[in-house]
Amino acid sequence: MRLSRYILLVGLIVIWQLLSYFGVIPKYKVPSPIDVLLGIRDLFIVGLPPGYRLMQHILESLNRVFWGFLFAAMIGIPLGIIMGWSKLLKGMVDPIIEMLRPVPPLAWIPISVLWFGIGIKSAAFIIFLGAFFPILLSTIAGVVSVDVVLIEASRSLGAKGKEVLLKVLAPGAMPSILTGLRIGLGIGWMTLVAAEFTGVKTGYGLGYMIMTARDIQRPDEILAGMAIIGLLGYLMDRILRLVEARVLRWR
Amino acid sequence: MALELINLSKTFVNTTDQVNVEALKNINLLVNDGEFVSVVGPSGCGKTTMLRIIAGFEKASFGKALLNGEEIETPGREVGIVFQEYALFPWRTVIENVEFGLELKNTSRKERKKKALKYIEMVGLKSFENKYPKELSGGMKQRVAIARTLINEPKVVLMDEPFGSVDAQTRNSLQEFLIDIWRVRGDTIIFVTHNVDEAVFLSQRVVCFSSRPGEVVLEVSINLEFPRDRTSMDFVKIRREILEHLMSSQLLSAKADSLRHKGTE
Repeated sequence: MRLSRYILLVGLIVIWQLLSYFGVIPKYKVPSPIDVLLGIRDLFIVGLPPGYRLMQHILESLNRVFWGFLFAAMIGIPLGIIMGWSKLLKGMVDPIIEMLRPVPPLAWIPISVLWFGIGIKSAAFIIFLGAFFPILLSTIAGVVSVDVVLIEASRSLGAKGKEVLLKVLAPGAMPSILTGLRIGLGIGWMTLVAAEFTGVKTGYGLGYMIMTARDIQRPDEILAGMAIIGLLGYLMDRILRLVEARVLRWR
Repeated sequence: MALELINLSKTFVNTTDQVNVEALKNINLLVNDGEFVSVVGPSGCGKTTMLRIIAGFEKASFGKALLNGEEIETPGREVGIVFQEYALFPWRTVIENVEFGLELKNTSRKERKKKALKYIEMVGLKSFENKYPKELSGGMKQRVAIARTLINEPKVVLMDEPFGSVDAQTRNSLQEFLIDIWRVRGDTIIFVTHNVDEAVFLSQRVVCFSSRPGEVVLEVSINLEFPRDRTSMDFVKIRREILEHLMSSQLLSAKADSLRHKGTE
């Protein structure tokens, strides 16, 4: 039974609830699980600030992640395949990548706001930066790992440069690419919430919601927001895992 | 003739310590259309290097490889190759692997499928067409690889120890299977092996290489009728002749080696 894997999680939540109930952990610091659930309910129905409902916060955040992630994949995968293939290009692009990579995505916020203004474009750009490097590096690693004998076999069957790229290197790198997408999405999601701390124009976004909860001193809603972020991240990863199992059924 | 090797030599230059390794020395070989030629020799004698030059993966240091009079410069569909490690595309099903070459020629989907199924049936894998390579045994994988190569109708088929990774029983059945196919189709095959028994069982001509640098030390035509009987007097006699030759050439080169070492010490 697959539900068995959630036994530990549920058990820990029950213990947390009991510790809270008997006053072992003070409620003003760590609200009980039930308080958090009630907080989630309030976020759904009333919203935070009132009128700004949870569903809209979620949709706005997902929308930002979607665009950032999409661009990261659309640029990272092709570039990674070409860089994995061409030693010359990889050699030239490598120092640029390796110097940009250590710059935290959040450090890009000021310049991103300058370039794109406050709004979906700058938010998506920050997420793009978070997701791009893991996707790129995994794709390169995937291409490099493709067995040389497969490339030779394809050439002997008549494949030329582009065909080797599309029919051998790309599918051969797919397991690694999918791992990169999962890591990239996870980092993108984390980056997003942090980016929303610094302010949003529409008034929507999970990170922004948590900051609002802090401002009005509602630890239950802070934790409720954190729980939603964790849950959504988990669900997104599950979806990508399903995609992975489908795409890689040959493994 | 289909394939001609003229004074083919190959020396690998190791750039780090500047030591040159002579892998092939002055190979001259003619292979006629429809001929089945085996190349035997000890490990490291350059057999595989020769195949890789014919396949267009490596450049000769000296001499050349001609296919119907034209020098082979790059890999392509004229020269097919079957590898010891099968080299099937793991993300493609059996039929998708077999169709690979036709796909590159832009054959229509319908035509491709029809032809691929015919070849899958020919190699005895009917009803396995939608399996992935991981679901097949070693012998079955190699049958797929052979179908994938033959469907391209290459002018020469190179086989590099193709049955080297399967158990003895599978090996025998693959040998019989290959001979059956070759007798029907008449492909030109160059078959590299270190197994003399296999070479004598399969081929019309056996070419023996010395150990490094590989040189042709003996060529034996085998006029026994197919299917061959491994226990017949003639078979045993030919096999012994080749084995003796290989051993004496190996002894000679071992002696030369030890002399050379003494010289450097």
